[in-house]
Amino acid sequence: MTKTVNQKAWLFVLPVLILVAFNAFIPLMTVVNYSVQETFGDNTFFWAGLMWFEDVLHSPRFHDALLRQLTFTFTILAIEIPLGVAIALTMPRRGVWVPVCLVTMALPLLIPWNVVGAIWNIFALPDIGLLGQVLNGLGFDYNFTRQPGAAWFTLIAMDVWHWTSLVVLLAYAGLVSIPDAFYQAAKIDGASGWAIFRYIQLPKMKRVLTIAVLLRFMDSFNIYTEPFVLTGGGPGNSTTLLSIDLVKVALGQFDLGPAAAMSLIYFLIVLLLSWVFYTLMMRNEDS
Amino acid sequence: MGLSWMAWTWPTAAFFLFIAAAIAAMGVWEYCVPGGAPRRGVLGLDTTRGDRLFITLLGSAFILLGWLGLMGTPLWGGLAVALAWGVFVFWKV
Repeated sequence: MTKTVNQKAWLFVLPVLILVAFNAFIPLMTVVNYSVQETFGDNTFFWAGLMWFEDVLHSPRFHDALLRQLTFTFTILAIEIPLGVAIALTMPRRGVWVPVCLVTMALPLLIPWNVVGAIWNIFALPDIGLLGQVLNGLGFDYNFTRQPGAAWFTLIAMDVWHWTSLVVLLAYAGLVSIPDAFYQAAKIDGASGWAIFRYIQLPKMKRVLTIAVLLRFMDSFNIYTEPFVLTGGGPGNSTTLLSIDLVKVALGQFDLGPAAAMSLIYFLIVLLLSWVFYTLMMRNEDS
Repeated sequence: MGLSWMAWTWPTAAFFLFIAAAIAAMGVWEYCVPGGAPRRGVLGLDTTRGDRLFITLLGSAFILLGWLGLMGTPLWGGLAVALAWGVFVFWKV
């Protein structure tokens, strides 16, 4: 293997390194520092060792929030990925309807997250919201402000509405990049629609779907604004996801030490699951 | 501007210095003994030396957290398991 001796690339990487240092490494270092100390404000800190980590690891509140977070993330992934692929498969590849479909699909992605939460809050209200009125009119006892099940249904419906488009657009980009020759060969072989999907379209979408799964996993695992505006973590704590709980600890209670320990455990879980997803999906890529 | 807002302590500074030294040592290792091309290990993954460092550090973090959660402090036992994990990863993964 010949190794390059040109080191100019480091200069081009330098601005990114500086940017990442200021928006990622330095805040992360600060969080690590906070996680082993106690503060009562006034920039005064006292050594606490690993106490906050032990507290968080033994905290039923953290366990419950983590379980809710995992449930939420895997539920929306199980819905959004297949649904996004299915919608992308039905979209036209040529003609005047292509831009119409693309713009329509992109619309939910353009709406700010807090506005999405506000829209769905009003939309789902049982007394004045269209969704609430329709569901109650159909005989369902639906009130997301009081029933945990209804709150979860609304939360998942909101996320699916907001983010399936991203999967659709990525899957569509993968589909349109498949040369016609593949379809012609499949036609000559008499391949069924399922065979074309399984052996041509799905393998060709693998890379974009890997990106879609990773983006949706990381985004949904870090989700804060939409559920906060929609339910505020309620009713009770039924939709208090990890990020909402973290903000309550850090800013509501101003417990910076426990919040920092919780943040680091949260970060490690995101890092581990992202690596596992990436490794599993890219396994045997070159073989 | 001082760095007091970052609330540095000696143990956390040592932790980050260790990470930086580990990355620097990987660079020196690759410079002195080139051989960072991916290889397939016992887990069936194609990993470079850098990947193995990442897997070691991430795994060690979870080993230490697990030890802390199940056994509590001190973490010497967890540290021994993490070191064994690192040796295993660099040797076999």
